[in-house]
Amino acid sequence: MLNLPILSLTIFLPIISAILILFIKENQDSVNNIKLTALCSSIGTFILSFFLWLFYKNSFPNYQFVEKYKWFQDFNFYYHIGIDGISLYFVLLTTFLTPLCILISWDSIKFRVKEYMIAFLFLETLLIGMFSSIDTLLFYIFFEGVLIPMFLIIGIWGGKNRIYAAFKFFLYTLLGSVLLLVAVIYIYLKTNTMNIQELQNYDFNFYIQIWLWLAFFASFAIKIPMWPFHTWLPDAHVEAPTAGSVILAGVLLKMGGYGFIRFSLSIFPEASHFFSPLIFALSVIAIIYTSFVALAQTDWKKLIAYSSVAHMGIVTVGIFIANQNSIEGAMIQMLSHGIVSAALFICIGVVYDRTKTREIHSYGGLVNRMPLYSSFFMIFTLASVGLPGTSGFVGEFLVILGTFKYNITLTFFVATGIILSVIYMLYLYKRIIFGEITNDKLNELTDLNLREKIIMILLILLILIMGIYPNLFLDPMRQPIEQIISNYNIANAN
Amino acid sequence: MNLIYAIVFLPLISFFYCIFFGRIFNKNTSFYLSSFLLIVSAFFSWIVLFNALDNYEIQKYYLFEWITSENFNSNWSFRVDTLTIVMMFLISNVSACVHVYSIEYMSNDKSSSRFMAYLSLFTFFMLFLVTSDNLLQLFFGWEGVGLTSYLLIGFWNYKESANKAAIKAFIVNRIGDFAFLIGIVGVFYLFNSIYFDDIFDINSNITKYNINFFGINLSSIDFICLLLFIGAMGKSAQLGLHTWLPDAMEGPTPVSALIHAATMVTAGVFLVVRMSPIFEYANFTNMFITLIGSSTAIFAASIAITQNDIKRVIAYSTCSQLGYMFCAAGLGAYNIAIFHLITHGFFKALLFLCAGSVIHSLNNQQDMRKMGGIAKKIPITTSLMWIGSMAIIGFPFFSGYYSKESILEIAYYNNSSLGFFSYYIGIITAFLTAFYSWRLLLMTFHGKTNLSNEQFKLVHESPLIMILPLIFLAAGSIFCGFLLYDYFVGYKNILFWNESISLSDEKVQHLPTFQNLFVKTFVSLGIIIATFFYFYNKNLPNLFSKNFSIFYKILYNKWYIDDIYSYIFIKPTFYISNILFVKGDQKTIDTIGPNGISKMIKIFSKFLSYFQSGFIYHYAFSMFIGLILILSWFMFF
Repeated sequence: MLNLPILSLTIFLPIISAILILFIKENQDSVNNIKLTALCSSIGTFILSFFLWLFYKNSFPNYQFVEKYKWFQDFNFYYHIGIDGISLYFVLLTTFLTPLCILISWDSIKFRVKEYMIAFLFLETLLIGMFSSIDTLLFYIFFEGVLIPMFLIIGIWGGKNRIYAAFKFFLYTLLGSVLLLVAVIYIYLKTNTMNIQELQNYDFNFYIQIWLWLAFFASFAIKIPMWPFHTWLPDAHVEAPTAGSVILAGVLLKMGGYGFIRFSLSIFPEASHFFSPLIFALSVIAIIYTSFVALAQTDWKKLIAYSSVAHMGIVTVGIFIANQNSIEGAMIQMLSHGIVSAALFICIGVVYDRTKTREIHSYGGLVNRMPLYSSFFMIFTLASVGLPGTSGFVGEFLVILGTFKYNITLTFFVATGIILSVIYMLYLYKRIIFGEITNDKLNELTDLNLREKIIMILLILLILIMGIYPNLFLDPMRQPIEQIISNYNIANAN
Repeated sequence: MNLIYAIVFLPLISFFYCIFFGRIFNKNTSFYLSSFLLIVSAFFSWIVLFNALDNYEIQKYYLFEWITSENFNSNWSFRVDTLTIVMMFLISNVSACVHVYSIEYMSNDKSSSRFMAYLSLFTFFMLFLVTSDNLLQLFFGWEGVGLTSYLLIGFWNYKESANKAAIKAFIVNRIGDFAFLIGIVGVFYLFNSIYFDDIFDINSNITKYNINFFGINLSSIDFICLLLFIGAMGKSAQLGLHTWLPDAMEGPTPVSALIHAATMVTAGVFLVVRMSPIFEYANFTNMFITLIGSSTAIFAASIAITQNDIKRVIAYSTCSQLGYMFCAAGLGAYNIAIFHLITHGFFKALLFLCAGSVIHSLNNQQDMRKMGGIAKKIPITTSLMWIGSMAIIGFPFFSGYYSKESILEIAYYNNSSLGFFSYYIGIITAFLTAFYSWRLLLMTFHGKTNLSNEQFKLVHESPLIMILPLIFLAAGSIFCGFLLYDYFVGYKNILFWNESISLSDEKVQHLPTFQNLFVKTFVSLGIIIATFFYFYNKNLPNLFSKNFSIFYKILYNKWYIDDIYSYIFIKPTFYISNILFVKGDQKTIDTIGPNGISKMIKIFSKFLSYFQSGFIYHYAFSMFIGLILILSWFMFF
């Protein structure tokens, strides 16, 4: 069993089935086969990744399931993959959300189903590959590759203004990646290695660190996104199809946070320390500013998109405070946000499929027609505002705990998110769900069907497990984070 | 011992039943099953209380880990001491009464099993709050009760006013919780643990630590206690964060009785008393608590005398009584604060449920100006309401008498200007309390009726199932004062509390005779004036409101606090959010950022495209210019 290259299988199973799907001719009869193949393969991927989780040893702080093959003859580029406690749950998050994405677009994607499924499976491969790369070049390829399927998903299956959104998304991300590429090339020329572990031990000169850090920052800050690089996100979300939003908010935003931990913090600890006040300032602005902006939204999806930016602000603070509590908090906050925002976008999608509108004011009184939906949406709303017992609380709390150790005044600003999120989320919930039905169209709504129920119940279970027994998630990441922090502290002690 | 599990988890079982099976089976099953489970829970709490009357040892039950991160750790576990048991007793009993009462009160509501589910869930969270053994778990219960309160205030979600009140309650509570959460983190920072056992092991060195906040140096213990108290203010509706409580009356009346009178709003007092071993050292915060408590007491009472909605009067009176409790807690008399909490729990639940009974008999009429003269029609409710009112004004030998008297005593013997202040404020509030209670009684039940004939005929006594819980609560309002006095305050108190809260060493002293008479005169005066105003000469109130119209308007409009908040906070919030979105995101970031760049590129490429015009003489011309430039470069340099 252990000799099986289980990680490579997890990475490449989606793309293999995507190739299989490529050979199915799309017509009336085969559409279902296409969907089923995609679903089965994504579930298979999830099961494989579940084995990763099962065999993962918490006590062992280094990379596990490592595979390493020489890639180019004359260069030090390797196909070098492995998983540690930081990437483990991101991989699981990806493999968990992809089947849900396929399920949620079961009926709502009406044309080019084959290409759609291929795009998603391709995306899944890239994401898993990115989270499990140990080779920086490999990471870069996966990291940038993600842009292609996502661009297509928004640009082809998106809403009315999809072209503008897709290009905005592309433009922003590309700007970051150009700088990232330059930095990666520079690192290779300087160190002659692309291995992340070796790079962590390499002592970069402080001034070089600053430039490299900025290059990496450009890429990750746009991905996560930090204020003021966030304006692509609302547009991309609004125009993307539901599943696109789910994977975008659920996993793509976490690429930035993952990058910050994996590269900025580990490889450039001194620069990270140097720039941390900047990060805190931007994050606090993100938390407060975007919460206010979220309140002003008239579009349901945009509101949730802005709330993502605010939540990611808490993550970035947590990462750059760089103590055990805060980074663990940031990790949990990312995982939690991955599930909760995915769930919220699914909630929007469920109703959007029925009514074809996202304007908040055209809703109201949904509870009368969709009581079950309303209860589920309530739970997700509560998780989003970080009620204790849901996943949202654990992350926020740990970040606040870590921040307090660092600076008390900063803690107050970070914690304002607790109040502000309640204002915009409950106000949204009230406008959508409560009251009398005023829009006649809503009178024909039907409550959730079985497919939707299964999706939502799975998400709720995960939210509650993460909220009530978060140690399940915290235990594997403990040791890798400890290592990063001890590196960070040693580097900054001098 | 496993009774504790039963007491806490039976309501949770009831919740799961009602939420999952309530729709499937007959709704009466959720009514009766949840009431039964709650009665069992209440019964067990009696057993536990009797065991605890003499010398109870702290017991702990461990469930499983919650959050572990570096040296931070919190478990799901229970810690049961006397304070916990007393609170459990109050919560499960009042909750059982409210459950039974709701069987009839909510019988016509189509989502009644959802209602029962929420009530049970609330009870679970509340019990979880008081039994927790660390601050974070307490916070879980704390937010949980806030959530259920939100759900229940907005239970009739087709009403816009109910939805608004619900959101308001949640947000105002969250402002308190914001401070509370930072307070918890601060406690961890200071004590390296959030377990009560570790925190209570405090040594006086800890008062020497300072904390830097916004560049100001503060005593850390004061700072943390202040944060915790702000959390308590939110939950217990103290001055400044009180605005949600009156609006919370939009919820069904049983909810008001359980959550917004007897249990949840007292959680703030509970928190301060629970943390009393560290509050003891926070001198500044204690002064602040007393000040806020006294101010709230008189402030809310002054509003109560002008309100016309029967539930709002009682809501403001709750606010005011909570002020009394904080006043006692701030003066260091934690046992007396809890004593008043318990007696208040009984008589305030009684008052609310009686009001509910009146509303029920009058077909959802809540305006007292449209009531009157119904005493003969509903004699039982009337007499129960009398009992509740006697208890709240502190009529001798009713439960409120013991607890309120104790608070005044502690204030009188405090020997500080603050004690002096809170003593006289307490007396004036007692006067106001007597006034508004009697006003309520007389306007609602006595005098000439303001109902139309047909309405008057329809007035009927509530059925037995609603009356029974009222009688139980009335018994509590009469007897729990002198039955519990010796244990809570009197000579048995040290043995009874058994170090679960910090007690002052001073012996209880009764007020000197003159002061005692002084207090009683004031209370009687309140009753007499109310009787003159609302029974003998009904023109007097109008006369007063006309001649002192400024005062009347201020009180009637609740000191304009809601309007001020609307101008300072609510409107600017929406205004700012619009500005930030339009001017910030769209006009600035997008225009300079992606749109700006793409526009720049467009302009630039347009400019470049002039060079590719396709005309040969253009190319020739530019070649010629280029040649000249290059030549001149070589010639001059």
